[in-house]
Amino acid sequence: MMVPLLLGITLISFTVIHLAPGEPTGLATELNPRVTAEVRERLRVFYGLDKPLHEQYFRWLVRIVKLDFGRSFSPDRRLVIDKILERLPITVSLNVLSLLLIILIALPLGVLSATHQDTWLDRSTSLFVFIGFATPTFWAALLLMILFGVNLGWLPISGLRSLNFDSLTPFWQAVDLLKHIVLPVTLSALTSLAGLSRYMRSSMLEEIRQDYVTTARAKGLGERVVVYKHALRNALLPVITVLGLSLPALIGGSVIFESIFAINGMGKLFFDSVLSRDYPVVMGVLVMGAFLTLLGNLLADISYAWSDPRIRYD
Amino acid sequence: MNTLKMSIGMKLRSSVSLIIVLGLSLALVTLNGCSSKPGEGKAEKKATKVDLSPAYGGRLVEGSIGDASTLLPPLATDSASSGVAAFIYNGLLKFDKDLKLVGDLAESWEVSNDGLTITFHLRKGVKWHDGVELTSKDVMFSYQLMIDPKTPTAYSGDYLIVKKAEAPDKYTFRVYYAKPFAPALISWTLNILPAHLLQGKDVTKSPLARHPIGTGPYRFVSWRQGDRIILTYNPDYFEGRAYMGKYIFRVIPDQATMFLELKAGGVDMMGLTPLQYARQTDNAKFKRGYRKYRYLAFSYTYLGYNLLDPKFKDKRVRRALSYAIDKQEIIDGVLLGLGTIATGPYKPGTWAYNSNVKRYPYDPAKAKQLLGQAGWTDSDRDGILDRNGQPFKFTIITNQGNSLRAKTAQIIQRRLREIGIVVDIRPIEWAAFINEFIDKKKFEAVILGWTIGQDPDQYDIWHSSKTGIKELNFISYKNSEMDELLIKARETFDLEARKRYYYRFQEILAEDQPYTFLYVPESLPVVQARVQGIEPAPAGISYNFIKWYVPKGLQRTS
Repeated sequence: MMVPLLLGITLISFTVIHLAPGEPTGLATELNPRVTAEVRERLRVFYGLDKPLHEQYFRWLVRIVKLDFGRSFSPDRRLVIDKILERLPITVSLNVLSLLLIILIALPLGVLSATHQDTWLDRSTSLFVFIGFATPTFWAALLLMILFGVNLGWLPISGLRSLNFDSLTPFWQAVDLLKHIVLPVTLSALTSLAGLSRYMRSSMLEEIRQDYVTTARAKGLGERVVVYKHALRNALLPVITVLGLSLPALIGGSVIFESIFAINGMGKLFFDSVLSRDYPVVMGVLVMGAFLTLLGNLLADISYAWSDPRIRYD
Repeated sequence: MNTLKMSIGMKLRSSVSLIIVLGLSLALVTLNGCSSKPGEGKAEKKATKVDLSPAYGGRLVEGSIGDASTLLPPLATDSASSGVAAFIYNGLLKFDKDLKLVGDLAESWEVSNDGLTITFHLRKGVKWHDGVELTSKDVMFSYQLMIDPKTPTAYSGDYLIVKKAEAPDKYTFRVYYAKPFAPALISWTLNILPAHLLQGKDVTKSPLARHPIGTGPYRFVSWRQGDRIILTYNPDYFEGRAYMGKYIFRVIPDQATMFLELKAGGVDMMGLTPLQYARQTDNAKFKRGYRKYRYLAFSYTYLGYNLLDPKFKDKRVRRALSYAIDKQEIIDGVLLGLGTIATGPYKPGTWAYNSNVKRYPYDPAKAKQLLGQAGWTDSDRDGILDRNGQPFKFTIITNQGNSLRAKTAQIIQRRLREIGIVVDIRPIEWAAFINEFIDKKKFEAVILGWTIGQDPDQYDIWHSSKTGIKELNFISYKNSEMDELLIKARETFDLEARKRYYYRFQEILAEDQPYTFLYVPESLPVVQARVQGIEPAPAGISYNFIKWYVPKGLQRTS
């Protein structure tokens, strides 16, 4: 099932990116008096853009089957796979860290506001997560940078490594990296708390109104066991779906985030390659994304079964 | 022929970061009170007690919104790449502080009387960073690389017109042209590449793209892509060793973040936006820690009219529009005063610039009068000018993401509405903008900018033969006198004669107003105050980088 799906995704992506006006040679050659028409044509042949579209797609497909993503059209002409692998670890680890932070904070928050529905606790957590949700990321980022980076001088402002990184011992290199990711991770967690904690809250609210919960209470089980053992397990199901869907976002990265913090991740790579119509890189990132989306769905399905023994796959 | 190149740098800065700038100013207001410990200027406070004499060592970190793409200059088209390459490589010729061509790797050169032959005599004893001596072979190789069809370079045009090149001995290089071509000299500022490392190899796969070896004042150390490039001084540089021990090129895609890094000490040099220059750095504390510079940039912004459109065919209409647009108001509103009115395609103060051309001061009455002569009156009294029942309406297109151009368009829109012309503004993503609108000539008016090159040759932008598809005279301007001037001017090396031709060329442009020339913006670099030896000149500040130094007591190593 996954193979035809992947094929379809690549076909559509390939068509769409080629339908967009402009060509990879454009940025370098357009409106530039030093570039003659012959030079422009020479560059097109060099990149294989003179071939018909279906032939270009077929050539790309033949290579991708052999896991060859080709070379970037940007002047560095590096292998696409190198470019992606160079940035993937940064983006994945940052996103995993912030996702963990989100889960650690959002799930308990959601459960708490559900069990204390309409109390001050519920209201203040709602207020808190919605402030986080409504605050524009870039604005909050700059505020934190000014406070911790410029005024207090506690944390570095941007990038992942200090200028003297290479002369540090491995231990201090790790400390240096950690210091650099404090701001981005905290911030991305803060701004996305709302979604998950609200999901958790509503799903929990639904469960504790169910008959089996009343039954459990009637049996004389403690409130703790009722909530955390019986209700929570069922309430987690929809939350897992949401988490599964957020997997592709892990490698997607965020252009805004990566630009503000000068982090050289996937979001920036994808954005830049779309702007410069660097087809091989665009397609490479999309294939990875498509693959991970499908993987995320699979993982979510498996976790359903774990969380709810009634669900079985044949 | 490297005259002009569209300035698209602004486009890369997404509109997002423009909102950020707004956010930043808000943030500054909010947090001003919490400032307990200034991150900047710690070292500078002690400056008064420190010996300020030149010293070797220290480092300078320059901030850039984009990374270099490759450090093999023929393959690069972005300004970040050529900026870093300038520290590593040399050309045969270079520009001095007054923008005059002087020898670089060439000790001297001669142009034959007929203007068809140029002979370069190379400096002796210049060494590549790996110790090998530079000879005319390297120059020959660099030239051949440019004309090799297998080299994906955008700049072969200047070298394909060379009829013959030869290297008669180790230190002589000679080129022959079929007809005199004045911009040819400038093309020999071409970065010379090491033949012994590249000859016979596929240049697109060469490791030198990521680990360059040149003859320049700085040697390559390391490059973490998308993050930083580190260079260290070349002890054997032929002009003497540079003072600054290290040059670090740091990539920070967001202008607001870069500004905060500057204040926190993570960046020593960057270009400011007009807003940062005028509003966020105009305080005593900042001025103690940093030195700001301002000088005219090598670019101008214009409003161009599609002359195939019947509305704009009449010269009186174009002149009227120029009278109706208040250029000073645009400079004050958009650039916060940091720019000057453009009167033609050259930078004021350069040798080709003619300051006595016809000007179009803001004069709405005169504009209305001219429009009336051209048949545009408000006959149905609806407040909009019309001719033969057609209202005067048109759309200005510009590239998306350039807030300066968008704001310029809005100011023009308001002023033209006042004299009864309705203007729509349409920002379009760059690739679509060029391919669907400019190349196909599907536009009425356009706001764009040109980079002003070192040579005044404007053949590609104004000659009537350049009005085809994907050519640069996309407004379809045709004038036979101008055609002749442009050709004569590029075929003589006589500076006085060229100057006469270009003066007349500017007069015609000013008369005809195919563009309404708007403004020349200013470059606004800022440098940490510990750096000494900076001498602003017509060429800017970076031309004497190797003389910049940090006094011993102020040097930072980390």
